Amino acid sequence: MTAEALGSTASVGDYLQLLKPRVMSLVVFTAFVGLTLAPGSVHPWVAAVAILCILIGAGAAGALNMWYDADIDALMARTALRPVPRGRVKPGEALAFGLFLAGTSVFMLGTLVNWTAAALLAFTIFFYVAIYTIWLKRLTVQNIVIGGAAGAFPPMIGWTAVTGSLDLASLTLVLVLFVWTPPHFWALSLYRTGDYARAGVPMLPVVAGTEETRRQILIYSVVMLPVSMLPALAGVAGWLYAAAALVLSAVFLGLAYIVRRDHEGRSANRAAKRLFTYSLFYLFGLFLVLLIERALGIGPFPPLTNLLS
Amino acid sequence: MSGESERGVLRPEEQERRRRSRSIAIALALAAMAVLFFITTIVRLGGNVADRTF
Repeated sequence: MTAEALGSTASVGDYLQLLKPRVMSLVVFTAFVGLTLAPGSVHPWVAAVAILCILIGAGAAGALNMWYDADIDALMARTALRPVPRGRVKPGEALAFGLFLAGTSVFMLGTLVNWTAAALLAFTIFFYVAIYTIWLKRLTVQNIVIGGAAGAFPPMIGWTAVTGSLDLASLTLVLVLFVWTPPHFWALSLYRTGDYARAGVPMLPVVAGTEETRRQILIYSVVMLPVSMLPALAGVAGWLYAAAALVLSAVFLGLAYIVRRDHEGRSANRAAKRLFTYSLFYLFGLFLVLLIERALGIGPFPPLTNLLS
Repeated sequence: MSGESERGVLRPEEQERRRRSRSIAIALALAAMAVLFFITTIVRLGGNVADRTF
Protein backbone atom coordinates (compact mmCIF):
# COMPACT_ATOMS: atom_id res chain seq x y z
CA MET A 1 0.00 0.00 0.00
CA THR A 2 1.39 3.40 -0.94
CA ALA A 3 1.57 6.27 1.46
CA GLU A 4 -0.95 8.06 -0.72
CA ALA A 5 -3.61 5.46 -0.09
CA LEU A 6 -3.27 5.85 3.65
CA GLY A 7 -3.79 9.55 4.18
CA SER A 8 -5.05 12.62 2.43
CA THR A 9 -2.58 14.51 0.27
CA ALA A 10 -4.79 17.56 -0.20
CA SER A 11 -3.65 21.03 0.78
CA VAL A 12 -6.00 23.64 2.22
CA GLY A 13 -5.96 25.33 -1.19
CA ASP A 14 -7.22 22.14 -2.85
CA TYR A 15 -10.18 22.11 -0.51
CA LEU A 16 -10.93 25.76 -1.18
CA GLN A 17 -10.96 25.01 -4.91
CA LEU A 18 -13.73 22.49 -4.30
CA LEU A 19 -15.98 25.37 -3.31
CA LYS A 20 -15.92 26.89 -6.84
CA PRO A 21 -14.85 30.37 -5.70
CA ARG A 22 -15.95 32.10 -8.90
CA VAL A 23 -19.47 30.72 -8.74
CA MET A 24 -19.54 31.70 -5.06
CA SER A 25 -18.77 35.32 -5.90
CA LEU A 26 -21.81 35.55 -8.20
CA VAL A 27 -23.99 33.83 -5.59
CA VAL A 28 -22.88 36.20 -2.85
CA PHE A 29 -23.43 39.25 -5.03
CA THR A 30 -26.96 38.30 -6.10
CA ALA A 31 -27.90 37.16 -2.59
CA PHE A 32 -26.64 40.49 -1.23
CA VAL A 33 -28.82 42.38 -3.73
CA GLY A 34 -31.86 40.33 -2.71
CA LEU A 35 -31.11 41.01 0.93
CA THR A 36 -30.73 44.76 0.31
CA LEU A 37 -33.95 45.12 -1.71
CA ALA A 38 -36.17 43.16 0.67
CA PRO A 39 -38.67 45.27 2.60
CA GLY A 40 -37.94 45.66 6.29
CA SER A 41 -34.58 45.70 7.93
CA VAL A 42 -32.25 43.32 9.62
CA HIS A 43 -29.24 43.97 11.86
CA PRO A 44 -26.11 44.36 9.66
CA TRP A 45 -24.40 41.56 11.59
CA VAL A 46 -27.28 39.17 10.99
CA ALA A 47 -27.26 40.20 7.31
CA ALA A 48 -23.55 39.37 7.12
CA VAL A 49 -24.17 36.00 8.81
CA ALA A 50 -26.93 35.25 6.29
CA ILE A 51 -24.59 36.03 3.38
CA LEU A 52 -21.88 33.85 4.93
CA CYS A 53 -24.30 30.92 5.28
CA ILE A 54 -25.43 31.27 1.66
CA LEU A 55 -21.75 31.44 0.64
CA ILE A 56 -20.98 28.20 2.48
CA GLY A 57 -24.09 26.55 1.07
CA ALA A 58 -23.02 27.49 -2.46
CA GLY A 59 -19.55 26.09 -1.76
CA ALA A 60 -21.09 22.86 -0.47
CA ALA A 61 -23.08 22.50 -3.68
CA GLY A 62 -19.88 23.07 -5.66
CA ALA A 63 -17.97 20.41 -3.70
CA LEU A 64 -20.77 17.86 -4.11
CA ASN A 65 -20.91 18.65 -7.83
CA MET A 66 -17.15 18.05 -8.12
CA TRP A 67 -17.49 14.79 -6.20
CA TYR A 68 -20.13 13.43 -8.55
CA ASP A 69 -18.79 14.88 -11.80
CA ALA A 70 -15.12 13.92 -11.37
CA ASP A 71 -15.34 11.38 -14.20
CA ILE A 72 -16.58 13.87 -16.80
CA ASP A 73 -14.53 16.76 -15.41
CA ALA A 74 -11.42 14.72 -16.15
CA LEU A 75 -12.35 14.62 -19.83
CA MET A 76 -12.85 18.36 -20.33
CA ALA A 77 -9.99 20.83 -20.72
CA ARG A 78 -11.86 23.50 -18.72
CA THR A 79 -12.34 21.22 -15.69
CA ALA A 80 -9.53 18.62 -15.91
CA LEU A 81 -7.42 20.47 -13.34
CA ARG A 82 -10.11 20.46 -10.64
CA PRO A 83 -8.86 18.85 -7.41
CA VAL A 84 -10.69 15.52 -7.73
CA PRO A 85 -9.90 14.62 -11.37
CA ARG A 86 -6.35 15.78 -10.74
CA GLY A 87 -6.07 13.32 -7.85
CA ARG A 88 -5.38 15.93 -5.18
CA VAL A 89 -8.62 15.33 -3.27
CA LYS A 90 -10.18 11.88 -3.09
CA PRO A 91 -13.85 11.53 -4.10
CA GLY A 92 -14.78 10.47 -0.57
CA GLU A 93 -13.11 13.55 0.87
CA ALA A 94 -15.02 15.84 -1.50
CA LEU A 95 -18.29 14.08 -0.62
CA ALA A 96 -17.73 14.34 3.13
CA PHE A 97 -16.60 17.96 2.87
CA GLY A 98 -19.63 18.89 0.75
CA LEU A 99 -22.16 17.10 2.98
CA PHE A 100 -20.69 18.62 6.12
CA LEU A 101 -20.74 22.14 4.72
CA ALA A 102 -24.27 21.71 3.34
CA GLY A 103 -25.56 20.60 6.75
CA THR A 104 -23.63 23.30 8.59
CA SER A 105 -24.75 26.13 6.31
CA VAL A 106 -28.43 25.18 6.51
CA PHE A 107 -28.29 24.66 10.29
CA MET A 108 -26.50 27.98 10.82
CA LEU A 109 -28.88 29.94 8.59
CA GLY A 110 -31.83 28.37 10.40
CA THR A 111 -30.70 28.93 13.95
CA LEU A 112 -29.04 32.32 13.44
CA VAL A 113 -31.33 33.95 10.84
CA ASN A 114 -34.60 32.15 10.08
CA TRP A 115 -35.79 28.70 9.05
CA THR A 116 -37.68 29.80 5.92
CA ALA A 117 -34.45 31.03 4.39
CA ALA A 118 -32.70 27.87 5.63
CA ALA A 119 -35.32 25.66 3.98
CA LEU A 120 -34.85 27.58 0.74
CA LEU A 121 -31.07 27.13 0.95
CA ALA A 122 -31.46 23.40 1.62
CA PHE A 123 -33.81 23.09 -1.33
CA THR A 124 -31.37 24.96 -3.58
CA ILE A 125 -28.44 22.70 -2.65
CA PHE A 126 -30.62 19.60 -3.08
CA PHE A 127 -31.87 20.85 -6.43
CA TYR A 128 -28.36 21.60 -7.72
CA VAL A 129 -26.80 18.36 -6.54
CA ALA A 130 -29.55 15.76 -6.80
CA ILE A 131 -31.87 17.07 -9.51
CA TYR A 132 -29.30 18.78 -11.73
CA THR A 133 -25.90 17.14 -11.21
CA ILE A 134 -26.89 13.56 -10.47
CA TRP A 135 -30.15 13.20 -12.37
CA LEU A 136 -30.62 15.54 -15.32
CA LYS A 137 -27.21 16.88 -16.39
CA ARG A 138 -26.29 13.67 -18.23
CA LEU A 139 -29.85 12.88 -19.27
CA THR A 140 -31.42 15.82 -21.02
CA VAL A 141 -30.47 18.59 -23.38
CA GLN A 142 -32.41 20.95 -21.11
CA ASN A 143 -29.79 20.38 -18.38
CA ILE A 144 -28.58 23.98 -18.31
CA VAL A 145 -32.12 25.36 -18.18
CA ILE A 146 -32.90 23.18 -15.15
CA GLY A 147 -29.52 23.63 -13.46
CA GLY A 148 -29.88 27.37 -13.92
CA ALA A 149 -32.89 27.33 -11.61
CA ALA A 150 -30.61 26.41 -8.70
CA GLY A 151 -28.21 29.23 -9.52
CA ALA A 152 -31.16 31.60 -9.75
CA PHE A 153 -32.35 31.13 -6.17
CA PRO A 154 -29.72 33.07 -4.14
CA PRO A 155 -31.41 36.52 -4.42
CA MET A 156 -34.60 34.94 -3.07
CA ILE A 157 -32.68 33.34 -0.18
CA GLY A 158 -31.14 36.73 0.64
CA TRP A 159 -34.57 38.37 0.46
CA THR A 160 -36.13 35.70 2.67
CA ALA A 161 -33.34 36.13 5.22
CA VAL A 162 -34.84 39.58 5.87
CA THR A 163 -38.58 38.95 5.49
CA GLY A 164 -38.84 35.38 6.74
CA SER A 165 -41.48 34.71 4.08
CA LEU A 166 -41.63 33.73 0.43
CA ASP A 167 -42.65 36.73 -1.68
CA LEU A 168 -43.61 36.86 -5.33
CA ALA A 169 -41.63 40.10 -5.69
CA SER A 170 -38.35 38.29 -4.98
CA LEU A 171 -39.28 35.72 -7.59
CA THR A 172 -38.81 38.37 -10.29
CA LEU A 173 -35.07 38.49 -9.48
CA VAL A 174 -34.97 34.69 -9.68
CA LEU A 175 -36.65 34.80 -13.10
CA VAL A 176 -34.07 37.26 -14.43
CA LEU A 177 -31.26 34.86 -13.47
CA PHE A 178 -33.21 31.85 -14.70
CA VAL A 179 -33.72 33.23 -18.20
CA TRP A 180 -30.16 34.60 -18.33
CA THR A 181 -28.41 31.30 -17.54
CA PRO A 182 -29.17 29.25 -20.71
CA PRO A 183 -27.95 31.80 -23.30
CA HIS A 184 -24.94 32.50 -21.04
CA PHE A 185 -23.85 28.85 -20.98
CA TRP A 186 -24.86 28.07 -24.53
CA ALA A 187 -22.67 30.93 -25.76
CA LEU A 188 -19.79 29.28 -23.86
CA SER A 189 -20.66 25.82 -25.15
CA LEU A 190 -20.66 27.07 -28.77
CA TYR A 191 -16.89 27.35 -28.66
CA ARG A 192 -16.37 24.43 -26.25
CA THR A 193 -18.43 21.87 -28.15
CA GLY A 194 -15.53 19.40 -28.42
CA ASP A 195 -15.15 19.33 -24.64
CA TYR A 196 -18.77 18.44 -23.94
CA ALA A 197 -18.94 15.90 -26.76
CA ARG A 198 -15.88 14.09 -25.38
CA ALA A 199 -17.41 13.96 -21.92
CA GLY A 200 -20.76 12.76 -23.29
CA VAL A 201 -22.70 15.60 -21.67
CA PRO A 202 -25.80 16.25 -23.80
CA MET A 203 -25.25 19.97 -24.21
CA LEU A 204 -27.46 21.61 -26.82
CA PRO A 205 -24.73 22.14 -29.48
CA VAL A 206 -23.66 18.50 -29.17
CA VAL A 207 -27.16 17.06 -29.44
CA ALA A 208 -29.09 19.53 -31.59
CA GLY A 209 -26.24 21.22 -33.40
CA THR A 210 -24.78 24.71 -33.25
CA GLU A 211 -27.44 26.20 -35.53
CA GLU A 212 -30.24 25.19 -33.18
CA THR A 213 -28.17 26.50 -30.26
CA ARG A 214 -27.83 29.88 -31.95
CA ARG A 215 -31.60 29.93 -32.52
CA GLN A 216 -32.28 29.08 -28.86
CA ILE A 217 -29.85 31.77 -27.67
CA LEU A 218 -31.75 34.32 -29.76
CA ILE A 219 -35.12 33.15 -28.41
CA TYR A 220 -33.94 33.44 -24.82
CA SER A 221 -32.47 36.87 -25.54
CA VAL A 222 -35.84 38.05 -26.82
CA VAL A 223 -37.50 36.69 -23.67
CA MET A 224 -34.86 38.50 -21.54
CA LEU A 225 -36.26 41.84 -22.62
CA PRO A 226 -39.66 41.58 -20.88
CA VAL A 227 -38.36 39.38 -18.04
CA SER A 228 -35.67 41.91 -17.11
CA MET A 229 -38.52 44.45 -16.72
CA LEU A 230 -40.39 42.32 -14.18
CA PRO A 231 -38.58 43.70 -11.09
CA ALA A 232 -39.79 47.17 -12.10
CA LEU A 233 -43.36 45.90 -12.39
CA ALA A 234 -43.30 44.00 -9.08
CA GLY A 235 -42.36 46.96 -6.92
CA VAL A 236 -38.71 45.92 -6.60
CA ALA A 237 -37.06 48.42 -8.96
CA GLY A 238 -37.57 51.96 -10.23
CA TRP A 239 -36.97 54.06 -13.35
CA LEU A 240 -33.18 53.88 -13.35
CA TYR A 241 -33.29 50.09 -13.36
CA ALA A 242 -36.01 50.03 -16.02
CA ALA A 243 -33.94 52.28 -18.29
CA ALA A 244 -30.72 50.31 -17.66
CA ALA A 245 -32.46 46.97 -18.18
CA LEU A 246 -33.93 48.16 -21.46
CA VAL A 247 -30.53 49.27 -22.82
CA LEU A 248 -28.58 46.28 -21.45
CA SER A 249 -31.14 43.78 -22.74
CA ALA A 250 -31.25 45.45 -26.15
CA VAL A 251 -27.46 45.11 -26.46
CA PHE A 252 -27.77 41.46 -25.33
CA LEU A 253 -30.30 40.88 -28.06
CA GLY A 254 -28.07 42.61 -30.61
CA LEU A 255 -25.07 40.43 -29.72
CA ALA A 256 -27.27 37.31 -29.80
CA TYR A 257 -28.41 38.35 -33.26
CA ILE A 258 -24.78 38.59 -34.39
CA VAL A 259 -24.13 35.11 -32.95
CA ARG A 260 -27.02 33.83 -35.05
CA ARG A 261 -25.85 35.71 -38.18
CA ASP A 262 -22.10 34.92 -38.08
CA HIS A 263 -22.34 31.18 -37.84
CA GLU A 264 -19.22 30.19 -39.72
CA GLY A 265 -15.48 30.50 -39.36
CA ARG A 266 -13.53 32.61 -36.97
CA SER A 267 -16.10 35.38 -36.66
CA ALA A 268 -18.59 32.80 -35.31
CA ASN A 269 -16.31 31.94 -32.40
CA ARG A 270 -15.58 35.59 -31.81
CA ALA A 271 -19.28 36.44 -31.70
CA ALA A 272 -19.99 33.63 -29.21
CA LYS A 273 -17.09 34.67 -26.98
CA ARG A 274 -18.25 38.28 -27.07
CA LEU A 275 -21.79 37.32 -26.08
CA PHE A 276 -20.46 35.14 -23.24
CA THR A 277 -18.29 37.96 -21.86
CA TYR A 278 -21.07 40.49 -22.27
CA SER A 279 -23.58 38.20 -20.53
CA LEU A 280 -21.45 38.35 -17.37
CA PHE A 281 -21.25 42.13 -17.59
CA TYR A 282 -25.00 42.24 -18.28
CA LEU A 283 -26.00 40.35 -15.17
CA PHE A 284 -23.55 42.21 -12.97
CA GLY A 285 -24.82 45.50 -14.44
CA LEU A 286 -28.49 44.74 -13.84
CA PHE A 287 -28.01 43.79 -10.21
CA LEU A 288 -25.57 46.63 -9.61
CA VAL A 289 -28.13 49.16 -10.85
CA LEU A 290 -30.58 47.79 -8.27
CA LEU A 291 -28.03 48.57 -5.56
CA ILE A 292 -27.30 52.00 -7.04
CA GLU A 293 -31.01 52.84 -6.97
CA ARG A 294 -31.12 52.10 -3.26
CA ALA A 295 -27.93 54.05 -2.63
CA LEU A 296 -29.31 57.10 -4.48
CA GLY A 297 -32.70 56.79 -2.80
CA ILE A 298 -34.55 56.07 -6.04
CA GLY A 299 -37.67 54.26 -4.92
CA PRO A 300 -39.27 51.38 -6.81
CA PHE A 301 -42.36 51.83 -8.95
CA PRO A 302 -45.57 50.89 -7.14
CA PRO A 303 -46.19 47.20 -7.78
CA LEU A 304 -48.53 46.27 -10.59
CA THR A 305 -50.77 44.44 -8.13
CA ASN A 306 -51.74 47.85 -6.66
CA LEU A 307 -53.56 48.63 -9.89
CA LEU A 308 -55.66 45.54 -9.53
CA SER A 309 -56.93 46.31 -6.06
CA MET B 1 0.21 17.61 -19.01
CA SER B 2 0.97 20.03 -16.24
CA GLY B 3 -1.17 18.12 -13.73
CA GLU B 4 0.79 14.93 -14.27
CA SER B 5 3.75 15.94 -12.09
CA GLU B 6 1.32 16.69 -9.25
CA ARG B 7 0.03 13.15 -9.31
CA GLY B 8 3.20 11.56 -7.99
CA VAL B 9 3.36 10.31 -4.41
CA LEU B 10 4.29 13.11 -2.04
CA ARG B 11 7.27 12.92 0.25
CA PRO B 12 6.25 12.04 3.85
CA GLU B 13 7.38 15.40 5.21
CA GLU B 14 5.26 17.19 2.59
CA GLN B 15 2.25 15.07 3.54
CA GLU B 16 2.90 15.86 7.18
CA ARG B 17 3.10 19.59 6.41
CA ARG B 18 -0.20 19.50 4.52
CA ARG B 19 -1.94 17.54 7.27
CA ARG B 20 -0.76 20.13 9.76
CA SER B 21 -2.05 23.07 7.70
CA ARG B 22 -5.37 21.26 7.21
CA SER B 23 -5.66 20.76 10.96
CA ILE B 24 -4.92 24.43 11.60
CA ALA B 25 -7.52 25.48 9.04
CA ILE B 26 -10.15 23.27 10.71
CA ALA B 27 -9.28 24.64 14.15
CA LEU B 28 -9.56 28.23 12.93
CA ALA B 29 -12.89 27.50 11.21
CA LEU B 30 -14.31 25.93 14.37
CA ALA B 31 -13.13 28.83 16.52
CA ALA B 32 -14.63 31.31 14.06
CA MET B 33 -17.91 29.42 14.17
CA ALA B 34 -18.05 29.53 17.96
CA VAL B 35 -17.37 33.29 17.96
CA LEU B 36 -19.99 33.75 15.23
CA PHE B 37 -22.66 31.94 17.26
CA PHE B 38 -21.76 33.92 20.38
CA ILE B 39 -21.86 37.36 18.75
CA THR B 40 -25.05 36.57 16.83
CA THR B 41 -26.75 35.45 20.03
CA ILE B 42 -25.85 38.74 21.71
CA VAL B 43 -26.94 40.76 18.67
CA ARG B 44 -30.27 38.98 18.37
CA LEU B 45 -31.07 39.19 22.07
CA GLY B 46 -30.04 42.85 22.05
CA GLY B 47 -31.36 44.90 24.96
CA ASN B 48 -33.70 42.10 25.93
CA VAL B 49 -30.90 40.54 27.95
CA ALA B 50 -31.36 43.26 30.55
CA ASP B 51 -35.17 43.06 30.53
CA ARG B 52 -35.44 39.64 32.04
CA THR B 53 -37.51 39.43 35.16
CA PHE B 54 -36.65 36.82 37.71
